[in-house]
Amino acid sequence: MSDTTAQSGKPKERAWYEPDAKLSRRHAADRRLRIYGVAAIVFALSMLATLVGTIAITAAPAVTQTMVTLEVEVPEGAVDPSDPRGGSYQKILNSAVARIFPEVDAPREQRELRQLFSNGGQYALRDKVVSEPSLIGQTFEISFPLSDIGDQLHKGVIDRDLPREQRRVSDEQIAWYDRLVAQDRISAPLNFGLIFNADSRFPELAGLWGALVGSFYALLICFLVSFPVGISAAVYLEEFAPKNRLTDLIEVNINNLAAVPSIVFGLLGLAVFLNFFGMPRSAPIVGGLVLSLMTLPTIIIATRAALKAVPPSIREAAIGVGASKMQTVGHHVLPLAMPGILTGTIIGLAQALGETAPLLLIGMNAFITAAPDSMFNPSTALPTQIYIWADSPERGFTSRTSAAIIVLLGFLVCMNAIAIYMRKRFERRW
Amino acid sequence: MTTLDTTEPSGMIMTKTADNTGTLAKAATAARAGEHETKISAAGVSVFYGEKQALFDVTIDIPARQVMAFIGPSGCGKSTFLRCINRMNDTIDICSVKGRIEIDGADIYDPKIDPVLLRARVGMVFQKPNPFPKSIYDNIAYGPRIHGVAKAGSAMDEIVETSLQRAGLWNEVKDRLHEPGTGLSGGQQQRLCIARAIAVNPDVILMDEPCSALDPIATAKVEELIDELRTRYTIVIVTHSMQQAARVSQKAAFFHLGNLIEVDETDRMFTNPTDQRTQDYITGRFG
Ligand SMILES: Nc1ncnc2c1ncn2[C@@H]1O[C@H](COP(=O)(O)OP(=O)(O)OP(=O)(O)O)[C@@H](O)[C@H]1O
Ligand SMILES: [Mg+2]
Repeated sequence: MSDTTAQSGKPKERAWYEPDAKLSRRHAADRRLRIYGVAAIVFALSMLATLVGTIAITAAPAVTQTMVTLEVEVPEGAVDPSDPRGGSYQKILNSAVARIFPEVDAPREQRELRQLFSNGGQYALRDKVVSEPSLIGQTFEISFPLSDIGDQLHKGVIDRDLPREQRRVSDEQIAWYDRLVAQDRISAPLNFGLIFNADSRFPELAGLWGALVGSFYALLICFLVSFPVGISAAVYLEEFAPKNRLTDLIEVNINNLAAVPSIVFGLLGLAVFLNFFGMPRSAPIVGGLVLSLMTLPTIIIATRAALKAVPPSIREAAIGVGASKMQTVGHHVLPLAMPGILTGTIIGLAQALGETAPLLLIGMNAFITAAPDSMFNPSTALPTQIYIWADSPERGFTSRTSAAIIVLLGFLVCMNAIAIYMRKRFERRW
Repeated sequence: MTTLDTTEPSGMIMTKTADNTGTLAKAATAARAGEHETKISAAGVSVFYGEKQALFDVTIDIPARQVMAFIGPSGCGKSTFLRCINRMNDTIDICSVKGRIEIDGADIYDPKIDPVLLRARVGMVFQKPNPFPKSIYDNIAYGPRIHGVAKAGSAMDEIVETSLQRAGLWNEVKDRLHEPGTGLSGGQQQRLCIARAIAVNPDVILMDEPCSALDPIATAKVEELIDELRTRYTIVIVTHSMQQAARVSQKAAFFHLGNLIEVDETDRMFTNPTDQRTQDYITGRFG
């Protein structure tokens, strides 16, 4: 410890409190171990930071969406007030664009000009007129997204200083875009469409709503199936089952099931749910069932561990006052194990939320432009949506893919937060 | 699971119990006189954990409304026998019990007997205080609730109060009934466990080294409590402390290597044991 008095006296006899070489070696070993630990954590954290940082930087452009504002005139004759959906809104928009760029008249140039504006403009206009039929015959302003190239140009992703052959926009398009900017028609509000739109071929219109709804339904099914089944199975195996060859075999198989690659579950789902039972393809209900097969072992293993961790003295106490086996488990053991079970369940569900391969096999990577109305309709899920977008050539999907990954990570973080919150709450009650 | 063999001849085992004829005769006279009739009567009880035999032909009568102490060296089967009396051993898969144990003349290993009902009549207090991680109130109320003795409300409040009073804990906890039972001190927790056992209105209370986790003051309180409870309940207590056995029990049984060596009045056993092994144990020569 201290060596304040170490100098006094001759060399020879060492007082009991003076450190010897062995002791300092032991302390050095302690310190080294601590440094290794800190280094490992710093390494892990920096990898995580790099990963999240890269994704965040890539995703940044998707936070806003470049919009253009035009005055459109909807002539009386162009839209039938009794059937406002049937109007030819693209034409109306085209003439609004033509009013700004009257000099563009060659068909080839007009086509190039229209490439600046999103194909979704006509639907934005249609929806506005349908919801407000009094607009027919009026001139009013409407905002809608620029197309992918317009968006990229605005965000500087497309470098306008590159030679023409190497960039995706023509000199004319840049000039037209600059004119729109000069007229103060371009704005870049927050990109709510990313969350609330369904998927689309056009990146500026594509959103995650369909995937979110699909994932929600799939997780709901997964939870509803795997939570009660998993807990029942675990409680039976842990508390009631006789210990014999058969239950040993079951136990080994459940543990192995947790290690089966997820794609195998996808194949199983394809063979059983789709081909044998004839359930609908791409539907969240099938996705949820397949995911619940994967989540089940996780929940069973976590529940059994949690049940094992309940002190035997509690069981003895309950049995000692005359509780039946069922009451002992139901009133005491299971509630005490609940925090552990919930943690396991949430971890299982989080795994399921991020699972891609089995969903690909049952067709949840279909291109679907509307959110599912029910769990029986075709839909995508968050990870498969990321997969689809990552596979799309349009430049705008690059940032949207990363943004979708962040949304997915956000949900995972939220789920973990909920798990921790519920665990704390349960703990306080006891 | 537990197997049953009531055809076991018990005559030959009796010889293993020193002074057994005297004891039986005494019990019989006591029963006639109506003071301390036999409450629990075990005949030829053998217990096996798998292949291993832990108890050999134990035959003993336990009188009502007295404290019977089980003493003996570690591993001699005291807990094992105690747990036979409320069929706690049923919960151990590999454990099997042979022989006959009667409470008030009814064979408790009869298939017609539901262990759940048996355990309501035969309460148990464990070595380590094990209150449920619930409020003090719920700890006591749990037993009566599951047995349908009382619904929530004033009837239940009364049971909780009486039980806590009988366990000598009422004054200490009456203002904090809804605080967790695990927040009490060790001695209070043990008395809470006794109150919990009392709440289901048993005839018999089994205690397995109830004071071994307690300090001397808490121990003294529990011993005092045991002495009071004797007026109402038949109590069987396992203890490693000769002093404790001498203080709280009227009768004592000495176990050794799975055999019941000697049963006698506690005073007599401690002053004048019949068997050499008892003498050795009591004087501290082994165990
Ligand atoms: N669950 C069990 N499984 C297997 N053997 C057991 C089990 N419980 C007890 N035994 C064995 O039975 C014998 C008697 O054990 P028991 O617990 O009854 O002893 P005890 O007299 O209570 O000892 P102690 O005073 O140390 O508590 C011991 O040899 C012990 O190893
Ligand atoms: Mg014991």
